[in-house]
Amino acid sequence: MAVQMKPVDVALVGGGLTAAILGKELAEAGQTVVALERGGMRQTIPDFQSPTMHDELKFDVRHAYAQDVSVQTLTFRNFVGQQALPMRQLGSFLPAEGVGGGAVHWNGQTWRFQPEWFVLKSWVEERYGRGFLDEDVSIQDWGISYEELEPYYTFFEKVMGISGAPGNINGRIQVGGNPFEGPRSESYPNPPMKQSHSGYLFGQTAGQLGYHPFPVPSANVTRHYTNPFGAEIKPCMYCGFCDPFGCEHFAKASPQVCILPFALANKNFEMRTHSYVLRVEWDRKAKVATGVTYVDAQGRETFQPANMVVLCAFAHHNPILMLQSGIGQPYDPVTRTGTIGRNYTYQTMTGAEVFYDGEHHINPFMAAGALGTAIDDFNNGSFDHSGLGFIGGGYIAAYQTTGRPIYYHPVPEGTPRWGLGWKQAVRRHYNSTVSLSFHGSSIPHPNNYVGLDPTYTDAFGQRLGMLTYDFPYNDRLMARYITEKMAGIAQAMGGKRMSVGWLDDHYSIVPYQTTHNTGGAIMGADPKTSVVNRYLQSWDLHNLWVMGSSVFPQNAGYNPTDTVGALAYWAADAMIKQYLKNPGPLVQS
Amino acid sequence: MTEKLSRRDLLKVAGVAGVAATVPETAAAEVKHQQVVQAAAPQEVLTRPSQQSPSTEQGMLFFFNDEEARFIEAAVERLIPADQEWPGAAWAGVLNFIDRQLAAAYGAGARMYLKGPWVPDAPPQQGYQLRYTPAQLYRIGIAETRAHVTARYGRREFWDLTAPVMDEVLSGLESGAIELPSLPAPVFFETLLANTVEGYFADPVYGGNRDMVGWRMVGFPGAYAQYVDLVELYNLPYTRPPISIGEAGARQAYLEGHTHRAQK
Repeated sequence: MAVQMKPVDVALVGGGLTAAILGKELAEAGQTVVALERGGMRQTIPDFQSPTMHDELKFDVRHAYAQDVSVQTLTFRNFVGQQALPMRQLGSFLPAEGVGGGAVHWNGQTWRFQPEWFVLKSWVEERYGRGFLDEDVSIQDWGISYEELEPYYTFFEKVMGISGAPGNINGRIQVGGNPFEGPRSESYPNPPMKQSHSGYLFGQTAGQLGYHPFPVPSANVTRHYTNPFGAEIKPCMYCGFCDPFGCEHFAKASPQVCILPFALANKNFEMRTHSYVLRVEWDRKAKVATGVTYVDAQGRETFQPANMVVLCAFAHHNPILMLQSGIGQPYDPVTRTGTIGRNYTYQTMTGAEVFYDGEHHINPFMAAGALGTAIDDFNNGSFDHSGLGFIGGGYIAAYQTTGRPIYYHPVPEGTPRWGLGWKQAVRRHYNSTVSLSFHGSSIPHPNNYVGLDPTYTDAFGQRLGMLTYDFPYNDRLMARYITEKMAGIAQAMGGKRMSVGWLDDHYSIVPYQTTHNTGGAIMGADPKTSVVNRYLQSWDLHNLWVMGSSVFPQNAGYNPTDTVGALAYWAADAMIKQYLKNPGPLVQS
Repeated sequence: MTEKLSRRDLLKVAGVAGVAATVPETAAAEVKHQQVVQAAAPQEVLTRPSQQSPSTEQGMLFFFNDEEARFIEAAVERLIPADQEWPGAAWAGVLNFIDRQLAAAYGAGARMYLKGPWVPDAPPQQGYQLRYTPAQLYRIGIAETRAHVTARYGRREFWDLTAPVMDEVLSGLESGAIELPSLPAPVFFETLLANTVEGYFADPVYGGNRDMVGWRMVGFPGAYAQYVDLVELYNLPYTRPPISIGEAGARQAYLEGHTHRAQK
């Protein structure tokens, strides 16, 4: 018999960014809220302080702030019919564990999605015609427009103190910003970061080629700043230990710095750590969630009754919890029916390197997580796809985020992998190489989804989540087209040589690519093809909500955090202004 | 070697330089001095570490026995060999680094999912699928590679081979041309290579990167780091010697810096 806890109004599954947002807002709205976090508490002081924080081996290589896969992991396969096998070590992506979640150790690259992304299916059909795409491209509209989300983007950016150069204020294009972004109602709260040497070299060349370089919008804050809640954020010191580290300086926006202090100070809010949620309990007749069952810090199975349950776990973990709870209809890739786990997407990344062979001191260690110069000329809404056979796109950037040498030691193609030739190449190129990256979109495909594994179990005896994913043909074409453009810029940057990392193989769970996992519990206007409505409310149980990038119907060619934060504030608004007054479905199915 | 530059000194440098992308005269003199010190240091260490007993050379071993240690010492020195200017992995203490890693949480498979069933011939996209912890992987990998070498090279041990022949063996492990009875040779090789690079570049507190030789070689300044005033001085020849987490002065430099004061 599970331990019974005192009922609360709201149970939040997870203690990361979206839990901090909802915890603060709902507690202030008079709701009693408990956040159930599988990891422990940590704070800027004393946990993130230097010099011990500046440890590449501990945090980057051994993943100190990431999920412990010995307790719970995923299985993975490339295609339906293949045997899925457990991810025995972290690699391709790094879900976080601990209070603050991934927004503690993130880089802070804070991009809005272009307006076209929110209405992608309609936009493609209108612009290129209904027959433009293969039927296997399961893109969808989000059920929300950029214009509706814009005030929430603006608010989230104020909460986080985002530092950037605006490119479009109320339709007026601004010099020095991203001219391809959607109209913003006001400028960024803080000016952009300084420009790194890499960014300068890239920006100069990109500008000469007719592209539109601008500084990457950053949560590495550029000056003393007080956010709307009264939280003080300090200026970034460009220490080069941003992701996957905690920021010692109170300079990288995180839940701990920007939001949590105000939730934790509210008697209505409780952060309950070392609490591993197993499933959502729900009433089959009344069709409402009744609370969550979790394993508490003592190892006891515990039931927390709640009037509302919000899934604030990592992207694929939210649909996995729904599958483990028997909520909704699981997606079946053979019949292509069901919704839970459908439209799992990722990010399509390629890179290029320009080797100056000693001609420049790049000083790559003078770095910050979102220190970069980018062009957005090849994002989805920026160029014409006619005749290209694909949709989507992404930005190209020269980031100077790390000079930490275990992982950062670029060498030209053809260099031996070890031995004297390798060592001398590492020495020669460490300080005179510029790395470019293409950050591409991810288009959903019916074969890519999140399910439950038939064989492997976690430490609690539950079935592991199962990921089926490979890069769709659309994204391979897209990556090739834009990587060629990136190679053209790299070629023009005046290096002695360059190398290009093409996307030419199956997706692999092994090398780190990005932690931008998205989809699986997607939002939309139709309960047949989405899990939550436009307010992120479950179609099946009206008092169950899903946050995070789980709800993206497809992933844009940008980092997800700005959109995750904006959607959380959008949902919080709907909960407080509409739902709590009259609990029930906010959209009729 | 351990000359410290406080944040105040850094500010002084930047202050003199302003926004110009050049090094001020005073700093340039200092830089020159540092370069001389840097270049001189490694010259004395071009010994052949594999000929010495590792357990007396750099402290006790926690995991490897003496023969395993001789194998690792010889192998890592081939992966990152000494050259005329910079010592290799053996001198850098990579043996001790790997030994301590394997004796502790990493070696025990902490933060790995090790439940069965196991499918050892899985496609590479699905990653590591063996039942072994890293410690087990090394123990088996070393024993079986040694057995291969003694059978193939006239009963000689790996560490008695000439450098080109050692490289031939390592390449055979890397490509899978050498077949080991209990595990895929490339998995053992890739683990050894990754740990060797870690040991050459990780903070010296972990037992490798002795005297921060890996950091000095590439010019990475280490744990003490804040470049807000320097990041826009493009092409700055930044030569401040690196600082390890473990240096008593590093923490003090931090405490004396602006960071904590600003927070209080």
